[in-house]
Amino acid sequence: MGRYILRRFLQGIPLLFIISIVLFVLMMNMGDPIATMGGRTLTRPADRLRLTRQLGLDKPIYIQYIYWLVGNDWAKVDLDGDGIAESTGTRHGILRGDFGTSLVNRGVPVIQVIAERLPNTLLLMVASEIVVIVGALLVGIYSALRQYSAFDHFITAILFIGYSMPIFFVGLLSMYIFSVLFKRWGLPYLPTVGMFDPTVGESVGQVLLHMILPVLTMSFVSFAAYSRYIRSTMLEVMSQDYIRTARSKGLPRVSVLFIHALKNASLPIVTIVGLDLPFLLGGAVVTERIFAWPGTGRLFLDHVTRSDLPVVMGILMLIAFAVVVFQIITDIVYAWLDPRIRFEA
Amino acid sequence: MTSLLDVKDLKTRFLTPEGTVYAVNGISFHVDEGETLAVVGESGCGKSVSMLSVLQLILVPPGEIAGGVVLYRGQDLLKKSEREMEAIRGQEIAMIFQDPMTSLNPVLTIGKQITESLRVHMGMDQKSANKRAVELLEMVGISDPSHRLGDYPHLFSGGMRQRVMIAMALTCNPSLLIADEPTTALDVTIQAQIIELVIRIRQQVGMAVIWITHDLGVVAGIADRVMVMYAGFIVEEANVNALYENPRHPYTSSLLEALPRVDRRRDRRLKSIPGAPPSLLVEPHGCPFAVRCEFVIERCRTENPFLTAVGENHHNIACWVDIKTGAQR
Amino acid sequence: MTTEAAHIPVLTPDELETPPLSLQELTWRRFKRHKLAIFGTIVLVLLFFYSFGGAFFVSEDYANFNDTTISLNAPSQQHPFGTDAIGRDILARTIYGGQISLLIGMTAVIVETILGILVGALAGYYGGVVDNILMRITEAMLNIPEIFLLIVMAKFFGGKIPDISFFGRILSGSVVLIVLIIGGTAWMYLARIVRAEFLSLKERDFVLAARATGTRNIEIIFMHILPNCLAPIIVTATLGVANAILSEAYISFLGLGVQPPTATWGNMLDSANNYLESAPWLWFYPALLILLTVLSINFLGDGLRDALDPHSRTV
Repeated sequence: MGRYILRRFLQGIPLLFIISIVLFVLMMNMGDPIATMGGRTLTRPADRLRLTRQLGLDKPIYIQYIYWLVGNDWAKVDLDGDGIAESTGTRHGILRGDFGTSLVNRGVPVIQVIAERLPNTLLLMVASEIVVIVGALLVGIYSALRQYSAFDHFITAILFIGYSMPIFFVGLLSMYIFSVLFKRWGLPYLPTVGMFDPTVGESVGQVLLHMILPVLTMSFVSFAAYSRYIRSTMLEVMSQDYIRTARSKGLPRVSVLFIHALKNASLPIVTIVGLDLPFLLGGAVVTERIFAWPGTGRLFLDHVTRSDLPVVMGILMLIAFAVVVFQIITDIVYAWLDPRIRFEA
Repeated sequence: MTSLLDVKDLKTRFLTPEGTVYAVNGISFHVDEGETLAVVGESGCGKSVSMLSVLQLILVPPGEIAGGVVLYRGQDLLKKSEREMEAIRGQEIAMIFQDPMTSLNPVLTIGKQITESLRVHMGMDQKSANKRAVELLEMVGISDPSHRLGDYPHLFSGGMRQRVMIAMALTCNPSLLIADEPTTALDVTIQAQIIELVIRIRQQVGMAVIWITHDLGVVAGIADRVMVMYAGFIVEEANVNALYENPRHPYTSSLLEALPRVDRRRDRRLKSIPGAPPSLLVEPHGCPFAVRCEFVIERCRTENPFLTAVGENHHNIACWVDIKTGAQR
Repeated sequence: MTTEAAHIPVLTPDELETPPLSLQELTWRRFKRHKLAIFGTIVLVLLFFYSFGGAFFVSEDYANFNDTTISLNAPSQQHPFGTDAIGRDILARTIYGGQISLLIGMTAVIVETILGILVGALAGYYGGVVDNILMRITEAMLNIPEIFLLIVMAKFFGGKIPDISFFGRILSGSVVLIVLIIGGTAWMYLARIVRAEFLSLKERDFVLAARATGTRNIEIIFMHILPNCLAPIIVTATLGVANAILSEAYISFLGLGVQPPTATWGNMLDSANNYLESAPWLWFYPALLILLTVLSINFLGDGLRDALDPHSRTV
């Protein structure tokens, strides 16, 4: 088991490097590298030349990649073009947290720009994931137990429609119903913009209230997909021989269900939950746009449209890193849960 | 003397999108205390389904038990609620299944799977349950039992897994053990070991056994009485010796004749039964074997023969023709 | 009545064996049993008629005709779906928008299927270093959520492709771009599936036989192995159309997709936010059409999956 964990980590590292290379290549071809790395757009040739040298952009591409990774403040740079390197570079490299400075927010380090918005997105994502898991478990299991019933057929139909819906449809529709229509009908209605009402101030209650619609939007499609998956997993598990054995021993239904069935069903469920992160992140972009939620998704959109490459690359790298790490964690949790892997014969 | 288990006219059906499957069509049999009844028949004849029906382990829907009475110690099991059946299963009547690989839960230790019956049915605490589990594992021949309690099923071989299943079945000293083809998935040598084990245990514990199989060789080694099933009906029922020496139903005699024998001439073709079993989707009418039977008469096609005693010693057959004399009943 | 025992058994009609069905017939039979899949197919056909057939009743000029005096009108007899922010008839725009959306969906899938098959087949068949490199790239791309890739690529390649003339109509260059980038970010799923199929199929005897008779590798890959993994390819491609339509909708909704004046269901939703309260018909109809399309494709895909491979699990 320990060897398995080690192996997974060792596999993850080259993967991250490859991703970083892909992104680096993308970045080099997408805009003005000087502006990207230097954090400001310069027009005077003399300034550009100086900055080019300072940032190490006159070096061959593989050297540039290394500078991007670990910076060039440990190397000497020839600033005045006389062939003698005498000054030190200014970059620290992404492995040390230097993603450059934002072009839109002048001079502010990319890390800081992202860090300001990240918690807001995390809030939505964690809340959505909890809603999805709890909801899907309840609905999926109950539906599987009541197979062939009217409830099961009804729920299956709703779930199918639900998971075919585009996220923005869920968002716009819920906005329309719970905010516009409710208001029209004189019912208490839900807010749709931002994290809190500026006139009331930022409080836990306000944030929670403002979270309801975005979380609903982000979680609905995933909830539908997982409920279906959990239902079919449960059905498959319940038809296994060992369940028949458990029943033949006269064990009470609850015991059969929760101990025998669920433990087996949880394995594929863990996999799916772990691999859902990319989808959740994508959903955040759309949701934050609809509800004007100040998170990283919206940040990404805003800065892409304004060509702020450093921030864009920073977010992409961060996301890729998160996804890879999460995958590794999922694999490890799965291996730990399944005794056939944990105790290899 | 009342039998331990007395089944009368049991009918089980399955409602599927393709139609109704008539799996068990009115069978009656009994098992006395301490005796071993073998149930023989080809795949799909209803032997497993009938025993699962006895314990109400059929999934409803799509299955349904359409009629009959199952008397266990005088009480009709079919009238019992799920709760009441939970008390019977594992405690009074235990069952072991064909494939030991899939019949054990892969994510629970075998210790847990054995002790849970003890804790649920006998109210034991974990410690005493563990002790008893170790005793049981010893009884079925698992070496180093106290350490193996914490092992998962995938760490055992097929034969050992089946022994574990037997240990699991014995936990609460059931009066009746139903064994659904427990050796079919095992090697021949392991088969012999398991059969030997069951023989030894049933004597020790005084347990009745219903042994389902399609292998006539196994039957000879373990049974007191045999019942032969075909297409959801019982066609013959007799003491084991009587069955082998004097089969009275055309199907049984064909089955026995189809067995390759060492003492037969080598150059003769093996005798097989022409045709195929009837489709269970058709509601049975008349004798199910009529189409393939060499003794068939007109009556066989229209009227279903019922199990009736013929001769001495509780030898029952369901046939209109006496295959010895050719006379009709 | 004679009491002679009949020695030759008489088989009744239902016990006679029926002639075996071919693979295609079996598949078609299984598909027909799926009521929902049939329903989905019918809806899809209707949607196609709506988008492509509707063009006979409504001209493209009408769809692009804007009259700001009637902007943001609620659905009426003259404009059954209402009018948009600059007075264009929404019904007409959904017809033409549908054409583009469906077109994008299908062509993007062609792109991603070709890419996916190429990568998967080569990786699975040759194994070793080729497999390693291709799979690392595949994994790397899988690790970045599709939407982010779409956004970045749309932004930075946007405007680089000129408008093209297609059957007498002017299509914004962004359509081609969107097709390429959707195809270019969705091929990984198919690549993995194809690779898995190739890994298991290449050990089979028929491949050995082909090699032994001197068949070239390319031929083996495309003429021998590939035809055997058509089932998952067909299912993935079908469901991929739904995904592509959704991707186009997402990216257009965010304003980075297909650019005006070419209409798609997705870009009709752009800035739908602003008119949420005042003009819900702006986003409702296009979104509904997208939902219907995706739903029926999912039905169809489910049915296909069950028909082509009854042992695979439905998720």
